[in-house]
Amino acid sequence: MSDRPDFYDEMRDADLTPHAPYQRYHAWITNEDESRLRAKAQEAERMFRRTGITFNVYGDPDATDRLIPFDIVPRIIGATEWSRLTRGIEQRVRAINAFLHDLYHRQEIIKAGRVPLDLIRRNVALLPQMIGVSPPGGVYTHIVGVDIVRTGPGDFFALEDNVRTPSGVSYMLENRETMLQIFPELFAAIPVREVSHYPKALRRSLAACAPAAAHGEPTVAVLTPGVYNSAYFEHAFLADQMGVELVEGSDLRVVNGRIAMRTTRGYTPIDVLYRRIDDDFLDPLTFRPDSMLGAPGAMDIYRAGGITLANAPGAGIADDKAIYSYMPDIVEFYTGETAILKNVPTWRCAEPDALRYVLAHLAEVVVKEVHGSGGYGMLVGPAATKQERADFAEKLKANPEAYIAQPTLALSTVPIFTEAGLAPRHVDLRPFVLVSPERIEIIPGGLTRVAMKEGSLVVNSSQGGGTKDTWVLEE
Amino acid sequence: MLGRTAGGLFWMFRYLERCENTSRLVEAGFRIALTRNTAAEQEWMSVLDTADVRKAYDDRYSGYNGENVINFLLRDRSHPASVNSMAEAARTNARAVRTALTREVFEAVNENYLILRDALAQPVRDRDLPAVLNTIRQQSALVRGALHGTMLRNDIYDFARLGTFLERADNTARILDVKYYVLLPSVAHVGAALDNVQWETILRALSSLRAYRWLTQDKMTAQGIGEFLILDKRLPRSLAFCSAAITSNLGEIAKEYGEETPSTQLAIENETRLTSKPIEKIMEFGLHETLDAFIRSNNTLAEQIERDYRFNE
Repeated sequence: MSDRPDFYDEMRDADLTPHAPYQRYHAWITNEDESRLRAKAQEAERMFRRTGITFNVYGDPDATDRLIPFDIVPRIIGATEWSRLTRGIEQRVRAINAFLHDLYHRQEIIKAGRVPLDLIRRNVALLPQMIGVSPPGGVYTHIVGVDIVRTGPGDFFALEDNVRTPSGVSYMLENRETMLQIFPELFAAIPVREVSHYPKALRRSLAACAPAAAHGEPTVAVLTPGVYNSAYFEHAFLADQMGVELVEGSDLRVVNGRIAMRTTRGYTPIDVLYRRIDDDFLDPLTFRPDSMLGAPGAMDIYRAGGITLANAPGAGIADDKAIYSYMPDIVEFYTGETAILKNVPTWRCAEPDALRYVLAHLAEVVVKEVHGSGGYGMLVGPAATKQERADFAEKLKANPEAYIAQPTLALSTVPIFTEAGLAPRHVDLRPFVLVSPERIEIIPGGLTRVAMKEGSLVVNSSQGGGTKDTWVLEE
Repeated sequence: MLGRTAGGLFWMFRYLERCENTSRLVEAGFRIALTRNTAAEQEWMSVLDTADVRKAYDDRYSGYNGENVINFLLRDRSHPASVNSMAEAARTNARAVRTALTREVFEAVNENYLILRDALAQPVRDRDLPAVLNTIRQQSALVRGALHGTMLRNDIYDFARLGTFLERADNTARILDVKYYVLLPSVAHVGAALDNVQWETILRALSSLRAYRWLTQDKMTAQGIGEFLILDKRLPRSLAFCSAAITSNLGEIAKEYGEETPSTQLAIENETRLTSKPIEKIMEFGLHETLDAFIRSNNTLAEQIERDYRFNE
């Protein structure tokens, strides 16, 4: 199925002519001995296992030991493509921050009739506790991972704006480390831009958002739900690379109006908390009372300017899948420009006409939960069985507001290295964006996720997807 | 450093040390069982006593045959102090304190877990046992090597070492205490074959038989062994060595933090009490009492360290 010419392959045309960014790499790999490549692929797997980079999948008994498959063929993006992409992403992220500020303050966009009030009023992702609150430095989304898909040479779409706690950046860094170790000769021959400065940039960006209460060099910490969380490796990795403490809820306590961590020498106040737990678990006094993961009292201290929480509580409303369909309007409203990145056409099933259309075309569309993530609870129409579609139709009819639908996109492919040589597989891309009051910084690279199964369009690691190193070329 | 991290490091190295000690204990027991069939049951029972797990064993098995005891000590996942369980616990702790470890140390602990998990996946046959026990110690040595070779000498390192030495001191004291009667003057017939075997077992379980022979030109005496294992500061598994190391690590932490804690003092007291009496006095006035008191004060010190450095809330 993926061999059909109606999918755009990023490496080469149907007649095997490589596209410009891949030219040097293509010449290299087509001359490379397959048995050597196979040995390199095994070496890469050994490296990942030894360093303990594993991904927990909930409900899997061997959970702590699963590796995300890594493919040794890089995904390469040319300088021109990248610069266009980054302009689009920066514009979008700027608009998202303005949108969030507006939603939690004057709500001009609703008054102007560009986003319906209903969508906001009934949305659980909108936190009433954040109304009228201005986060330090005015930043809501300190770290964003925009999911980008491509369908043709110049056709990039923003598929999702992950503005809560986007994960995957550790894979971007480790994939590069691995490639540097197994193919050093390639980096000498091809001008690939660095990604290794990400942790430093992250720390700087977080520190630049310190609250009024901070004195001197801000104390930054990463808050993790703990060692059994599926992204724990990444939390530890980032804390380690930034040189900051990795804290759990049980390490935190309110001391003198600050959130402080229990150290071997007493309690030390935290200025900026990069929290990798959801809003719901952040503060049992404000949100879920049964949460053991957060810090009781954190929200009050946050509102009083005693700590910066990254990302800001309530930012999640901006990556709500129902809001998504309004993104072109949102970009235009706050920037006065047309959106550079395309949006995927979206049917909001809450609307009766849209629901009718989606039900009649289930075999052609992808249906997603408005609040879902990780590829769970979605229906990929063309890949589903008749029975699966019928079952899903019932769920849709019972609770249409919980779903949106999008056409099945002809995602671009990049070859992976298989037993039978190179074979095209569908990919997406998650670049990482850092936002501080001073600047928006996009790391030249990102996480390329790849559906390892032939023809599959689902790239999520929880559904058997793999990853690739992503190369952005120098000018 | 977070208190939880200090606790994680401390326990991680206690687990690793105990894996290693268990392997030595099993090796010593196995050797006796091979050479002296009649005493095998007795020997396995005392191995369980030394590890302080006899009750946990009795809850699961009946009779003290080698197969069951070895399985229990090395493989039993329902038993938290089996090598299998502890290698996993050490690795879970390593994950929890990962930011405090160098990549080399983390990888060594991770490999320790992966390799032991595979080596202990099936019941260990007698003919494979020596190799498996050797692997346990080898993996432990790799972790130690990575620790020494790559970690900064700061509080992180000191908490790791404290875990090692508190566990090791406990282990040496227990081995001696379970067998103290064979060292008593009343039963010590110099040169008697039986006692030589028992003495050798003690030394073997502490990997110090060769060292002792080398130092004494193979002149074994009960008092000599007692002195070697309790008071000789050259031997890295002796009580005096461990106590001195504990005092020194706590002293380093106090220096770094610019502040002593109750545990800093307690360690000095423990060490002084242990080393103030010559071996003749210890043997004469109660070897068992001395060892028993040592085990208890060693435990008290461990608890005091946990409190002073806020391992838990």
